[in-house]
Amino acid sequence: MSSMTLSQQFVTVLMVVLGTMLTRFLPFLLFPADKPTPKYLQYLGKVLPAAVFGLLVVYCLRNVSVLSGSHGIPELIAIVVVVLLHLWKKQMLLSIAGGTVCYMLLVQFVF
Amino acid sequence: MRRGKAMKQNKHESIRKAFRAAFPYTLPICAGFLFLGATYGVLMRTNGFAFWYPMLMSLTIFAGSVEFVAADLLMGTFHPLQAFLMTLMLNARHLFYGISMLDKYKGTGFKKPYLIFSLCDESFSINCTAKIPPDADRGWFYFFVTLLNHFYWVAGATLGGVFGSLVHFNTEGLDFVMTAMFVVIFLEQWQKDKQHISALAGLGISAVCLLVFGSDSFILSAMLGILAALTLLRRLLSRGGEAA
Repeated sequence: MSSMTLSQQFVTVLMVVLGTMLTRFLPFLLFPADKPTPKYLQYLGKVLPAAVFGLLVVYCLRNVSVLSGSHGIPELIAIVVVVLLHLWKKQMLLSIAGGTVCYMLLVQFVF
Repeated sequence: MRRGKAMKQNKHESIRKAFRAAFPYTLPICAGFLFLGATYGVLMRTNGFAFWYPMLMSLTIFAGSVEFVAADLLMGTFHPLQAFLMTLMLNARHLFYGISMLDKYKGTGFKKPYLIFSLCDESFSINCTAKIPPDADRGWFYFFVTLLNHFYWVAGATLGGVFGSLVHFNTEGLDFVMTAMFVVIFLEQWQKDKQHISALAGLGISAVCLLVFGSDSFILSAMLGILAALTLLRRLLSRGGEAA
């Protein structure tokens, strides 16, 4: 059970909400819609997404340990399945579901 | 008069089409968020919080990883500034999302504040890459994707908080649904891009930072590294990637 009082809990959650809002609203506040977006940011808007998706993939895998446990093998197999399914059928839902089921089977029954 | 009515009907039609286009994109997220949200609700419940804690926190914070951290913070001693700074660090990637969506979210009217308020990883990924049918309203498409994702997350967290102890089938590994989704989105973006330097830079720099700084603190350095690399490569990339 938490040792904080209700108002301390409220302030803590409020701080987290404010921090999150700041990171989301800041770009839109700094660069309002009625002015043209600076060229450098237009460029970043184009090339950032690809890099950020790479970051997100790594972020999802951040707790996988290559040196211990199952050595990241189930993750590797499941990702290969996702990629192959997607190159083959190009059905987003199918690729995601197929890869996830494959991963669940691997971690529950094989590793 | 009649033309006004026809236009209004057209508007309704394009909003409906936006919903129909948006919904399928959110289905994998529905699975992932119901599960992860429920995990979060159960965690809060086992820490001794009533179900309305995860419900209200998922509604107002709506940033998965940070909510798990907040659950942890609530169990410790009172440190509001630390809570604020930690949130900034963990959520700094949202700055990238905002920069990428500056132009896309232009002209979305009264929906814009909500689109920004709820700009999570998943909504960003879909709204950034989805092929929106030309007869569907773009702003409403973004709105429905964002709203549905928000709803799944709050529903999951609330259900987890209420029914947490009743789940019995083996869900181990279900959280891989998020990894699978980002892999697919990465692949879609890859196929859309003419150059793959920024995709590879994102993967490579993040992986190196993860190895060097560890899983708890690599994000900020990875972001700075990506920013530096893309800035240095600007001349090269904006020449070759004009159409991308």
